[in-house]
Amino acid sequence: MQLSKDKLLDAYTRMKKIRVFEETMRDEFAKGTVPAFIHLYIGQEAIATGICVELNDTDTISSTHRGHGHCIAKKSNLEKMTMEIFCRADGLCEGKGGSMHIADLSVGMLGANAIVGANAPIAVGAALKQRVLGENLVSAAFIGDGASNQGAVFESMNLASVLKLPVLFVFENNGYGEFTGVDYHCGGGDIAGRAKGFGMPSYKVDGSDFFAVQEVAAEAAERARKGEGPSAIECVAKRWYGHFEGDPQHYRTKEELETIRRDFDPLKIFRKKVEEAGLVDSKDLNMIDEDLSSEVTAAVEKAKNSPLPNVEELTTNVYEKGSY
Amino acid sequence: MSIKTYRESIIEAMILEMKRDEKVFVIGEDISGGRGCGDFEGEAAGGPMGLTQGLWDEFGAKRVIDTPISETAIMGAAAGAALSGLRPIAELMFSDFFGVCFDQIYNQAAKFRFMYGEQGATPLVIRTMIGAGIGCGPQHSQSPYSIFANIPGLKVVTPSNPYDAKGLLISAIRDNDPVMFCEHKSLLGMEGEVPDDSYEVPLGKGKIIKEGNDITIVAIGQMVGITQGCLTKLEEKGISAEIIDPRSLSPFDEDMVYDSVEKTGRLLVIDESNPVCSFGSWITSMVSDEVFSSLKAPTRVLTPPHCPVPAAPNLEAAYLPDMERIVEATDYLTNYS
Ligand SMILES: Cc1ncc(C[n+]2csc(CCOP(=O)(O)OP(=O)(O)O)c2C)c(N)n1
Ligand SMILES: [Mg+2]
Repeated sequence: MQLSKDKLLDAYTRMKKIRVFEETMRDEFAKGTVPAFIHLYIGQEAIATGICVELNDTDTISSTHRGHGHCIAKKSNLEKMTMEIFCRADGLCEGKGGSMHIADLSVGMLGANAIVGANAPIAVGAALKQRVLGENLVSAAFIGDGASNQGAVFESMNLASVLKLPVLFVFENNGYGEFTGVDYHCGGGDIAGRAKGFGMPSYKVDGSDFFAVQEVAAEAAERARKGEGPSAIECVAKRWYGHFEGDPQHYRTKEELETIRRDFDPLKIFRKKVEEAGLVDSKDLNMIDEDLSSEVTAAVEKAKNSPLPNVEELTTNVYEKGSY
Repeated sequence: MSIKTYRESIIEAMILEMKRDEKVFVIGEDISGGRGCGDFEGEAAGGPMGLTQGLWDEFGAKRVIDTPISETAIMGAAAGAALSGLRPIAELMFSDFFGVCFDQIYNQAAKFRFMYGEQGATPLVIRTMIGAGIGCGPQHSQSPYSIFANIPGLKVVTPSNPYDAKGLLISAIRDNDPVMFCEHKSLLGMEGEVPDDSYEVPLGKGKIIKEGNDITIVAIGQMVGITQGCLTKLEEKGISAEIIDPRSLSPFDEDMVYDSVEKTGRLLVIDESNPVCSFGSWITSMVSDEVFSSLKAPTRVLTPPHCPVPAAPNLEAAYLPDMERIVEATDYLTNYS
């Protein structure tokens, strides 16, 4: 189905925002201003975006340690999210969580997660609202290729299938779990195929291509909303940088990095498609580029200049106020 | 004898034991790294913290086994391998991940000997990283050794320096019960004199780091060094502190602590675990039970507050017991009358 111009510009904005944001975080990390490890989402922009453009504000996602892109695609508040990465008092999680734990419940972002695979059952839990309260909703879990090997993920697929819950199991196959290749760690080598075994429709798509992801996301979301149960979408893309910033990446060559950045650039691929089809004007895209660049710079500067939490806040937020 | 880091000492212990006994092997995530990465052949990482560096080069893929991210299967397979006569060293990258796989540890490995009526042994070592202090946030910074020590059948070790790390790991590998070997992430680069040869530091034997007469301070893991850092301050105040590093929590060297408290009459424990049901509170409870009449002051435990480990660096610094709090508590107890 032909997407509207607005939707295309929206998608481009989300993808480009992720790119610019992560490039800025990379620079900041190199400067030593980021107080913890960060895992960059560059190379996978089309996945979070392709899924999230098919979700409403009331739909939910659960994310991973590589969560900045999911936050941005789900339209989290950029300033507050940046503050959280810098562990500031006004960050989304008041500086208690940091990069690996950013959550923004106000937009249905149920948290980045530093326990690999742990977010899958959480997405299933959110989907229970369809069954219990009859709510119209879709719940997506972003799951790495490495995470796809966790028991919690298999159990979640089975539970969602048994209960016919509106879950999208979005497998982001970026080729690596940390420093180990998917060819080694994934038995049978077919993440989408394993999902099929749980009795759900399962797709394998080019995760560098927004349109490939979005098309199946729309289909799977529609089915989920109708109460027809979960789907799995394996999105094959590339991780442009190390597992975390600072990873020397001994396990792959410079040539591989050059090739993937040349041939698997979700933004280039998107631009080429929409420009060649005459769907949007390059000028519109260029304008978005400029706006985003200043928006991101402003957010980072603001975050860096905002205060860390008060030390008295150390023991707050553990239990409900006044209950303990 | 040469200067080695805590990290190097751990690696050396594994290499020595793997050379000594072909049944010893290492299993875990990315312990060599690079498996299945295109044409790459070799060791890409030796673990994200470099704690298994060089093992793959020396022993190869047969005994240095990289796994998928599947902690339940890793710990369960290690338990089963141990029950079947192998001597696995299973790596649980961060101790926080015990939440994923604890059944295999506490319902399975820890109980085999008892519930199978002593038919076999479970010579399993789980090497895992504990501790706050380097900005890893709520799910990568915890010190759950009190939870581990709560489990009958499980042994728990918390080395505070390179010498003990090597000797305790060798003992743990030779031990015929499951041992949780808790490596502190803040100590990985710590240097110390370490013999090149093999040696054992026995499980269940503490060490008096410094003798003293006025107060017994038992410190665990990272807290040992921080407590030692207080000594000048304490001496200036005229306080003669005896510092004990228990080195293993289970079994625990109760007698060493009782003897010391009988001499000093005062006890302070510095413990990085959550305060409620902390290992420190167990130590003070045993001391009150056994040597109450020697006490000249209440016993005290210093821990972080009852909250998760925060990400913000200033909050994390406030979270951990520090020299100021240790000196203050020591002062209070030695002036108590
Ligand atoms: C339960 C658990 N095991 C191990 C880790 C350490 N770890 C963090 S990220 C990661 C790799 C995850 O790979 P993948 O799921 O493919 O996600 P990607 O990093 O490629 O986005 C590992 C092993 C963890 N955080 N939690
Ligand atoms: Mg991956």
